[in-house]
Amino acid sequence: MEFYRKWFQFLAVLITNSYWAFPFTKAIYQGPFKVVCAPGLNCYSCPAAAMACPIGSIQQMLLSVRLSWSNGQTYLALYLVGGMGILGSIFGRMICGWACPFGLFQELLHKIPSQKFGIPRVLRFLKYAILALTVFILPLVVVNEMGLGSPWFCKYICPAGTLEAGFPMLLLQPGLQDIIGTLFYSKVMILIGFVIWSIIASRPFCRTTCPLGAFYGLFKNAKMVKLVLDETKCTKCNECHPVCPMGVKFNESPNDSDCITCLRCMHEGCQFGAISLQLGGIQVHSPDIRKKQQEVAP
Amino acid sequence: MKRIAPYFKSEKLPLILLTISLILFSIGITLDEPSRVLEQAWQICFSCIGIG
Repeated sequence: MEFYRKWFQFLAVLITNSYWAFPFTKAIYQGPFKVVCAPGLNCYSCPAAAMACPIGSIQQMLLSVRLSWSNGQTYLALYLVGGMGILGSIFGRMICGWACPFGLFQELLHKIPSQKFGIPRVLRFLKYAILALTVFILPLVVVNEMGLGSPWFCKYICPAGTLEAGFPMLLLQPGLQDIIGTLFYSKVMILIGFVIWSIIASRPFCRTTCPLGAFYGLFKNAKMVKLVLDETKCTKCNECHPVCPMGVKFNESPNDSDCITCLRCMHEGCQFGAISLQLGGIQVHSPDIRKKQQEVAP
Repeated sequence: MKRIAPYFKSEKLPLILLTISLILFSIGITLDEPSRVLEQAWQICFSCIGIG
C-alpha cells in the first residue's frame, strides 16, 4: 500500500504542478485552472503551479478586504474556506498523507539515513496558533496606511514558498537576485531548518507548523474517510505506534487530529485486523489477516 | 449539553459540515470570489517567496 501511496503522491505533485512551459515563458501559469485551489500546500507562485494555494489565497483576500469593500466588492474568502471545508469533511488530513507536495518532500528527506528523533507532542498545538494568527487574524488586523495587510504566513514562515517559488523564480528571472534581502535569507534559514529537521524527525512541518494541516485536522471527528479501531480485536500490543509517520498512537487515540490516513498502521502495524478503513460509516477496506498470519508464522 | 454531545459524534456530522461547506463555497461563488482568486494567483507574490 505504501508503494501505491507514494505513486499517488507523485501524481498529485505532477497534477498540481503541471505547467511545464515555464522554462520557455519565464513566467508563472496564468490560465483558468488557477481558480481551483490545490488540496495540499503548494505555492501558487511556483513556476509550474497550475492551481492556487488555499492558504496563500485566504491571506491575500483578507489582507485586501478593506480595499475590496471600499470598492463595493464583498469578499469574505467563503469560496476558499468552503472549498477547504468540502475537502476536510470528506478526507480530513488524508490529503496531507496522499496529495501534499511538501508532505512528500519531507517523507523523502526522512529516508536519508541518520539517527532519528521524535517530536514533543506539545509542539503539535503550535500549528493551530499559526493558522489563527498568521492566516486569519494578522492579515486582517495589521494594516498599513493604505489599509493593506501582509500575508504573514507566506511572507515570514512558509518554507514551501521558498522552495517551490523563491529559488525557481530567482533562476528564471535573474534580475530578482538584485532585490533579495534579509527577508529572503531568513526564509532560506527556515527552509534549511525544516530540511534538517525532516531528515532526523518525521514530517516536522506537518506536525508543528502547517496551517492547512491544522485546518483539515479540525475535521478529525467529522470526516467521511477515516480509520477506525475495533477495540474487541485490539490486543494493545502497540505495534501501530512506531510505524506512524505522524507520531500518532492509534490504539490510544483513533480520532487523533494528526492522523493522515496513510494506512501504515493498518497494513504494517496491526497484525490482528483491529484497524479498518471506513467511508461514510461503511467499512471499505480491512487488511487480509490470514495473509499477515502466514507472513508472521515461521 | 447532554442532548447536543451525541449528535456531534454521529455519522451525520460529516454530512452536516459538508453541506455547510458547500453553502459557503456557493456563497463565495455568487460574491465573485473566484475571479479575485484568479487575479491573485496570476501574479507572482513577491512577499510570499521572500522577495520584496
